[in-house]
Amino acid sequence: MNRKLELFATFFKIGLFTFGGGYAMIPLIQREAAENKKWVTQEDILDVVAIAESTPGPIAINSATFIGSKVAGTWGAFFATLGVVLPSFIVITAISYALQAFRHIKAVEYAFWGIRAGVLALILKAAWSLFKHCKKEWFSYSVMTLAFIAVALLKLNSILVILAAALLGIGVDMIRRSRGAGADK
Amino acid sequence: MIYLELFWTFFKIGLFTFGGGYAMLPLVQQEVLAHSWLSTDEIVNFIAVSESTPGPFAVNMSTYVGRLTGGIFGAFCATLGVVAPSFIIILIVAKFYEKFRRSRLVEGAMSGLRPVVVGLICASIFSIGRQIFVPGETLPTAALAVSIGIFLIMAVLAFKKVHPIIIIAASAATGIAAGYIIGL
Repeated sequence: MNRKLELFATFFKIGLFTFGGGYAMIPLIQREAAENKKWVTQEDILDVVAIAESTPGPIAINSATFIGSKVAGTWGAFFATLGVVLPSFIVITAISYALQAFRHIKAVEYAFWGIRAGVLALILKAAWSLFKHCKKEWFSYSVMTLAFIAVALLKLNSILVILAAALLGIGVDMIRRSRGAGADK
Repeated sequence: MIYLELFWTFFKIGLFTFGGGYAMLPLVQQEVLAHSWLSTDEIVNFIAVSESTPGPFAVNMSTYVGRLTGGIFGAFCATLGVVAPSFIIILIVAKFYEKFRRSRLVEGAMSGLRPVVVGLICASIFSIGRQIFVPGETLPTAALAVSIGIFLIMAVLAFKKVHPIIIIAASAATGIAAGYIIGL
């Protein structure tokens, strides 16, 4: 089978069978792209995750584009990305009609009322997982606290806050390096 | 024009999201609320839908918001918007992969980006929590108690790594039962 078609089919399958997206997709990518197809090595997968995390955009898209481009250049990236996006696109488009049709039914309203409290718990858990990813040091804690205050209380624009944090990170990192102190670990 | 507006808004969301899963939520909330495309309740409802359907949250969200505001072509434009920054940036990074990996700038920026995402998600939890527990109209005490109960129990289950779909199903069942019993 043509390489590009194969990329499309593989990532379509990955997109179709991943629920929750993002990190849930990594084990599937590992199995399909590394073990089955041998497009990349197991070690490459770790790099893919590291790069997907440190570039903008959803992990799923970043990983698909990256592996696609490694395997078959720009068109490979295109077909892999198209593949991972298409199942969502089709399913959600179909569901959007059903949601609109059913949402005024009393039982559905009650269900979503309960669900909203449950989803809040899921978001809390997600915040905790991301928190564990951060370095445990004063700089991380300050950035978290300031970001919370800036957006929750002062209603500042999140994009500006994100840019400020990136610049601050670069600045603090430079100061630490110029001091020659390896004390930040 | 709505199509350009959808493309551009989701392009911004894609460009400034770092990290997976709910890292995108604060930006989605800010942008989608600013355009009045969905309410906070509708965004939270859709998170549940997104958890229970295939694919990444980002693509699900862009497809849904695009479909509701601009039909199928709207869904296409919004999704193209959220995917485009990733696609372009990864193609560039893939070429300078080794350099990128060892770049001090990237490492420095990430040391600020990881914690800022946590702070922003906490801000989302704050605003969503207020919407659920202290909305504009006063909630009946029984309803408030049920909401708090669901939240606490589901939080325990979530931290015990129970699958999100089970948590959503259990919350829905509790919501339906409590809704009819209290007669909201």
